[in-house]
Amino acid sequence: MDPYALKTLNAERRARRAAILVTDLGDGRDRIVREGDQVAGDLGAAIAKTFRSGNSGSVEAEGRTFFLNAHLPRPRLVVIGAVHISQALAPMARISGYPLEIIDPRTAFATSDRFPDVALRAEWPQDVLERQPLDAYTALAAVTHDPKIDDFALKAALDANCFYVGALGSRKTHAKRVERLLALGASADQIARIHAPIGLDIGAASPAEIAVAILAQTILAFRSRGIQAKGAAA
Amino acid sequence: MSDNLYLDEARDPLIIAEAWMKDGKDVAIATVVETWGSAPRPVGSHLVIDADGNFHGSVSGGCVEGAVVTEAVDVIGSGKARMLEFGVADETAWQVGLSCGGRIKVYVERLG
Repeated sequence: MDPYALKTLNAERRARRAAILVTDLGDGRDRIVREGDQVAGDLGAAIAKTFRSGNSGSVEAEGRTFFLNAHLPRPRLVVIGAVHISQALAPMARISGYPLEIIDPRTAFATSDRFPDVALRAEWPQDVLERQPLDAYTALAAVTHDPKIDDFALKAALDANCFYVGALGSRKTHAKRVERLLALGASADQIARIHAPIGLDIGAASPAEIAVAILAQTILAFRSRGIQAKGAAA
Repeated sequence: MSDNLYLDEARDPLIIAEAWMKDGKDVAIATVVETWGSAPRPVGSHLVIDADGNFHGSVSGGCVEGAVVTEAVDVIGSGKARMLEFGVADETAWQVGLSCGGRIKVYVERLG
């Protein structure tokens, strides 16, 4: 392996950006391809597919055998709101392989008593997200119902192209939210990406059922990402 | 606590390989490039090895690491990459086979 390729790969992984190490198994030469880099032909098509699936493997192209090793950041879920739904969502998300963080400046809600073993930040979203920016491999669910807490995070999630953005609230609540996000400078196309009412429609009634609906919608968004957004991706 | 929640720097084979390289060590990287049947580690998994036979990571559940380390030390010496195959169908199965019944292909190359 080329030392420069290894350094580049590790830098990409630390920055939570997707990269594929492409190795020619015939002569051992390798290079890093970042998501969005243009690669022509059959190899390019295989690389695009690998970015979507995250599955590493060998591919025959141009009469050679290439090994594509996919290094995709681990998906994570950021939840705005240390509420009842989040209490159910935290263990479910962890079991499903989506590590979760909860942000809520209301210290009465964000207590380790209510959220044992959860990465919990009793701070304003703007302060946490400044330190730990959102990215395309992050899902954001805003469930406080409080515009003062939710709105900034939703706008940040849209700007960071989070693979999933969901917001709790009825259609009426969401209509008002749309107005506020437009005023914050979000475009109509961006706002259309928000899942509201939040969660897959499974008729969820209890907080735990709503948590299932949110998690299922997050998984669906992650496993299908890049497919519907093909035209939109820069 | 590491400031990166999502990358376990202390145990990540590729991060360790880079650190070894910075320390001036000779390093080989082994990668699972193909699996058939039940295989304990998925395609893309890494084992990194230095010239003294120290290693981190895994390419199986501990069944074939010893053999890969031995080959890797040779690869560090020669600089020539090798493709290794392990599985119950191999002649060597009784020594270093995969008891789970799967087969794996491991690419071993020198870093640099």
